Amino acid sequence: MADVKIRGLHKRYGAFEAVRGIDLEIPDGEFTVLVGPSGCGKSTLLRTIAGLEDVSEGEIEIGGEIVNDMRPRDRDVAMVFQDYALYPHMTVAKNIGFGLKARKLPPAEIEARVQTAAAMLGITGLLGRYPRQISGGQRQRVAIGRAIVRSPRIFLFDEPLSNLDAQLRDEMRGEIKRLHRDISTTMIYVTHDQIEAMTLADRIVLMRDGLIEQQGAPLDLFERPATTFVAGFLGSPKMTFLPGRLSRNGTAASILVDGGLRLDLPAGRALGGAEGRSVIVGVRPEHIYRAADAAGPGEARLDAAIELLQPTGSRTYATFRIGGIPVTAELEAHDAGRPGDIVPLGINLNRVSLFDADTQRAI
Amino acid sequence: MAAATRPVRRRRRVRIPVARILLLGFFVAFVLVPLYWMFNTSIKPSDDYLAIPPVWWPSEPTLVHYEAALFAYRGLDGLINSVIVSTAATVLSALLGTLMAYSLARYNTGGQHLSFWVLSQRFLPPIAIVLPVFLIYRGIGIYDTHLGLILAYTVFTLPVSVWMMYAYFRGMPRSLEEAAMVDGCTRWRAFWTVAVPLAAPGIVAAAVFAFIACWTEFFFALLLTSRNAFTLPTVFRAFIGFQGAQYGEAAALAIVSLGPSIVLGVLAQRHLVRGLTLGAVRG
Repeated sequence: MADVKIRGLHKRYGAFEAVRGIDLEIPDGEFTVLVGPSGCGKSTLLRTIAGLEDVSEGEIEIGGEIVNDMRPRDRDVAMVFQDYALYPHMTVAKNIGFGLKARKLPPAEIEARVQTAAAMLGITGLLGRYPRQISGGQRQRVAIGRAIVRSPRIFLFDEPLSNLDAQLRDEMRGEIKRLHRDISTTMIYVTHDQIEAMTLADRIVLMRDGLIEQQGAPLDLFERPATTFVAGFLGSPKMTFLPGRLSRNGTAASILVDGGLRLDLPAGRALGGAEGRSVIVGVRPEHIYRAADAAGPGEARLDAAIELLQPTGSRTYATFRIGGIPVTAELEAHDAGRPGDIVPLGINLNRVSLFDADTQRAI
Repeated sequence: MAAATRPVRRRRRVRIPVARILLLGFFVAFVLVPLYWMFNTSIKPSDDYLAIPPVWWPSEPTLVHYEAALFAYRGLDGLINSVIVSTAATVLSALLGTLMAYSLARYNTGGQHLSFWVLSQRFLPPIAIVLPVFLIYRGIGIYDTHLGLILAYTVFTLPVSVWMMYAYFRGMPRSLEEAAMVDGCTRWRAFWTVAVPLAAPGIVAAAVFAFIACWTEFFFALLLTSRNAFTLPTVFRAFIGFQGAQYGEAAALAIVSLGPSIVLGVLAQRHLVRGLTLGAVRG
């Protein structure tokens, strides 16, 4: 059990800077997910915590101890790799017990702890097999078993589910969450999958180009994204960005979206800035609904010509255009009409995000 | 439909792959006939060597050529020297080659160029260095010793060993050793407990190549040894002299010298095939 503190971390490979100054504090027992697109530095950051990469600048502290110059084996962390990294020439039992053997525990204790870990993950029947004889999901369980058997201070996960098929991924995601609830050790988890990030994390650290773009609780990031990048990264289908201009009428403010739609902002969302200020309105599919009779406060109305329908069963994604930009709305399955229909829709203006068009930051 | 297709099928079933059998037959003959003839010659009385018509099986097989080759011509001493020198050089070459290849593959030692420089040592014609080596060996007193030949053979086989192992280690995922290091191993221990066992097929293949190269090497053995450390290949030159060629003795010693290679080949065959695919086979 330990907390992690990272201060001013840089990692350079020659001229290329993968991590460009990260400050991050991860409290003891928290499940932190590092998420971001490929090449954002999240895996590099994780590997510097593991000690598999040197630090170019800055400090990493685990449990109150600066570990910059400590070898991976002395950091007392466990890591689960994307390709599982099971030792092909050892049985499952030997794989799980390998770390204990390397630390010279007595064989009887290794045996007992391997059994406990295997029972926890439901892989007792596989202990005598070799990695090539078991399935991908089972391999991932073995890799997790190899991590938990050591009771490390910190668990590190490097995209552990990305090689699994969709169904198995959902299942393993649940198991990792349950594992964290049961052993409540600090976990740092790298993924590029925003659903994994949302479902697993106590806290999401969203990275971009070697820097932290925003960090916080999953719903905070989802509902109050600091930038258009965060807003676009989280959520599926993606948030739609509609460029527009601020218009003032006394104390009331509204936004004229390019293409003619007028959004009268509710009183709680008053905007600063001069008349004509360029803004971006971020609308998520679930901010749009099939409209009832009359427009209420904080609601915008439009009649949308449905271009495309994507039913998912319980909900249907309907695509239409505002000012030439395709917008996706998440509608009740039976409200969506048919392609070509004109459907009255409402937009909940209390929930849309507003960004400055120049800085791309939330207003 | 069924009636129409039946005759076609029947004809296909009785067709004999004549071309294939002929081709394979030629190949088998190409490989085995010389070996047979060598064995045949080794047990023939001397008068039968060049008899016309050829003697396909001697009426009175004899082992006198073996006796002469092994003892009178000191073939047995050459055999023992060859075993000592080839084995030692092979072990050294495999050991150093594995370490060096790992260093090149994982630490990118020497940048882009060192690995190629290693291979470039094979571009050098041996004759260009044999005289300097001869003089150095004389000067430091390892001329005509096992040690001298072992050193020379290790140096000559190392480039190929390094390159075979280099390809092998590069094909091996880094995450295996990283997992071992996070699990509690030093780099050195991760190398021995994870990387080396997984590279075993490659190491065996490289070792077999090195052994065969040492076992059959003639040129350096001829110039760097004399009466003490001479190896098996150098014994053969004694069979061609002013009296004419000693076919029987040459054939007998050739049969003897095949022994270790065949044993090695059989033992290592499974590893050899996997090793030659150079890390492509995983898990």
